Amino acid sequence: MFDYETLKLVWWVLIGVLLIGFALTDGFDMGAMALMPFVGKTDNERRAAINTIAPHWDGNQVWFITAGGALFAAWPMVYAVAFSGLYWAMLLVLFALFCRPVGFDYRSKLENQQWRSAWDWALFVGGAAPALLFGVAFGNLFLGLPFRLDELMRSTYEGSFFALLHPFALLAGVVSLSMLCAHGGAWLMMRTDAELHQRSRKATQLCALVFLLAFAGAGAWLALGIQGFSLVGGFSDLGAALNPLNKQVSLDNSGWLANYAQYPWTRIAPLAGLAGGLLALLGALFNRGGVAFLGSSLAIVGTICTAGFALFPFVFPSSLDPASSLTMWDAVSSYKTLGIMLVVAGIFVPLILLYTLWCYTRMWGRVTNQTIESNPHGLY
Amino acid sequence: MISEAVVDLSRLQFAMTAMYHFLFVPLTLGLAFLLAIMESVYVMTGKQVYKDMVKFWGKLFGINFALGVTTGLTMEFQFGTNWAYYSHYVGDIFGAPLAIEGLMAFFLESTFIGLFFFGWDRLSKVQHLVVTWLVALGSNLSALWILIANGWMQNPVGAEFNYQTMRMELVDFGALIFNPVAQVKFVHTVAAGYVTGSIFVLAISSYYLLKKRDLGFARRSFAIASAFGLASILSVIVLGDESGYEIGDVQKTKLAAIEAEWETHPAPAGFTLFGLPNQEEMRTDYEVKIPWALGLIATRSLDEEVKGIKDLIAEHEGRIRNGMGAYALLEQLRGGDKSAETITAFEAVKHDLGYGLLLKKYTGNVVDASEEQIKLAAQDTIPHVFSLFWSFRAMVASGFLMLALFACAFWASARKNEESKPWLLRWALLSLPLPWIAAQTGWYVAEHGRQPWSIGEVLPTHLSASSLTTGDVWGSLIALVAFYSLLLVIEMYLMIKFARLGPSSLHTGRYHFERQAAAQSAQA
Repeated sequence: MFDYETLKLVWWVLIGVLLIGFALTDGFDMGAMALMPFVGKTDNERRAAINTIAPHWDGNQVWFITAGGALFAAWPMVYAVAFSGLYWAMLLVLFALFCRPVGFDYRSKLENQQWRSAWDWALFVGGAAPALLFGVAFGNLFLGLPFRLDELMRSTYEGSFFALLHPFALLAGVVSLSMLCAHGGAWLMMRTDAELHQRSRKATQLCALVFLLAFAGAGAWLALGIQGFSLVGGFSDLGAALNPLNKQVSLDNSGWLANYAQYPWTRIAPLAGLAGGLLALLGALFNRGGVAFLGSSLAIVGTICTAGFALFPFVFPSSLDPASSLTMWDAVSSYKTLGIMLVVAGIFVPLILLYTLWCYTRMWGRVTNQTIESNPHGLY
Repeated sequence: MISEAVVDLSRLQFAMTAMYHFLFVPLTLGLAFLLAIMESVYVMTGKQVYKDMVKFWGKLFGINFALGVTTGLTMEFQFGTNWAYYSHYVGDIFGAPLAIEGLMAFFLESTFIGLFFFGWDRLSKVQHLVVTWLVALGSNLSALWILIANGWMQNPVGAEFNYQTMRMELVDFGALIFNPVAQVKFVHTVAAGYVTGSIFVLAISSYYLLKKRDLGFARRSFAIASAFGLASILSVIVLGDESGYEIGDVQKTKLAAIEAEWETHPAPAGFTLFGLPNQEEMRTDYEVKIPWALGLIATRSLDEEVKGIKDLIAEHEGRIRNGMGAYALLEQLRGGDKSAETITAFEAVKHDLGYGLLLKKYTGNVVDASEEQIKLAAQDTIPHVFSLFWSFRAMVASGFLMLALFACAFWASARKNEESKPWLLRWALLSLPLPWIAAQTGWYVAEHGRQPWSIGEVLPTHLSASSLTTGDVWGSLIALVAFYSLLLVIEMYLMIKFARLGPSSLHTGRYHFERQAAAQSAQA
């Protein structure tokens, strides 16, 4: 069907698709919950916000789980090195995510206001913390991570959690948090009414503005102040099974921007990020929820592609030993596994999109005060 | 080398999170199916009480499901965080079923579960029924794929070591899927889930019958649970026996440890009903044996022998020596000598490479291991006999107790006289913990019985762990225990509260507490 080299490239695209799928769907769950305690003043408003995502959050979360599984299957080295190296960051994300399934299901099971308010803040953490941490993790990819591989391919990581909080990485965290909050705000604009809708609209404006500034700022910082990596040699045949330690990597300043110079069409990604942010801002200003949501979606696709294109072919660079850096050429599964998984994904991803869409259309409509009051025991 | 403390703590953390996860999974598997059955009856008969049953048991299902999802998240990422070398070494094979589980099963289950809870007014009767069945199908498919992954850890078929990439690689996908261990495990495990769901519904319905409230609701729930439970427990036991046959074939060490078979006895071997295994001295005190039974279960014949632990250790010692040779050749290959002779020589012994790696616990340089280190590594190939022996017996005893209960409950329910048998109802209520005892001890047997391997005869557990510090793992272990305990307390509180409230919690006005309240206000 495909040769190994092409398959490797296809899987780089597919992992990107899964990440984008995750950010587009679970992204508005996280954004909406990060905004919920602020845009929802009364219990009914908060319940309305929660119930816009009640039928969907679990399905959306599977994008995250599947991205993890696909990483394991297609890029086992990346799965191994990244999650063990970023141990505490990963655990923080997990603990934050723990708050969501229980938070959604248990919050409205008791009438007690303290109980409900405690779960609201748990849901806030479950939305905001991963949104921030994913950005911080992505930011660190551009800085390189302190790990090395030994001869038997065991990785040792020599950094700490706090070392991840480099100002550039924090800025990347702001990019992703504001982006997903704008996405969540636009979602709430589409799915709620009255004051909740108005406050969501304001929040979307603010978040879209912050996103635009942070995204442009991160781009400038990347161009001016960060050393990039480039693959200069060592691999004679990209279509072979490769030992990561055999490559030569150089550190040079044009590294992270070299792809944009070499393949000008890739510049469409950062442009889409900016255009999306602007569209989200305008949609919120003119009170068009659908337009704002389209804008935030475009911003997400643009931002993830911007990062992916800049890093290519690197996926997990090492600051300690650049030759240990993992790329999409040498950190991948065997030809056979990639081929089988491509067939499986080719069958199931379209199927998933179809039935997910059906579920959304079935549950579409605004969740209002009236909705909550007419069914207080059947909803979250 | 990673410290032994990190390995032990990582094992403890994995065991804790997996066992905790499996408090919720079997109930999800079983209840999802029971809900689908109840809703099918509703759609066929049109009787409101069946819809109420789906909604009420669905509420309890939701409380349980939330923690199942929460604890499942840890499982998906823990291989990477705590078992990085494992993930690298076998990710090419092991990652595939996990990713397929996500694509084929989790998406299905999780996308439709939202419609199950919130789609009652938005879907037609039949559409909603289809949604419920899809949730049940999704949860069962996820069990299938995770057990294919687990079955491969027990019996790693369809894969070969590749010295260039320094890992195991997939060569036969069909063998991975149709791994006999995985297939048997799947049916045994999902049927155990159905039993869990059935006991849950049976016990709580019995409570209502004992309290003499919501009788129509409770009676119908009791009937469905006893029939479904009886069918399920029979499959669990039959498939458990089949499972005994499979491990007899591929995991001789596990079988010998479960049975505390120190010596290889002439066929057919006896089954030890009771005994106190003593691993130091390699004998079992106070044993009571049933002649022939083990030989029949494990080999399905009267003339094949079941190998004893002492002989297995001797056999493993030979394989360790062979593995040292394989390791020496691997070092040559990795060092750049890729001559045809070296490759052929390595290919001939690489099936024992895993045994060579067992020595890594004692020495970085496998090739020069001392006689004493070889002996120690050979001793290590036998898991802890006493705990396996008794966990297995606890599982089997729970299974047979439940068989007796379901048989009586089904008989009483068929004759419609369960209400006049308070002893039966109390027995059912008290049996509530049994399926969990069986599931937890069963997993202990399956996973501890695999030690010292994370991948049977391929990768030792102590090599599989991530290069973390003890502080890291202590920290995460304590945090997980604390957070999980808090969540469990909350879950139990809600579960008990709503189970006690019963269908009155649906606020339909048709059930006990609401009618009682209505009657009182009418009197006043």
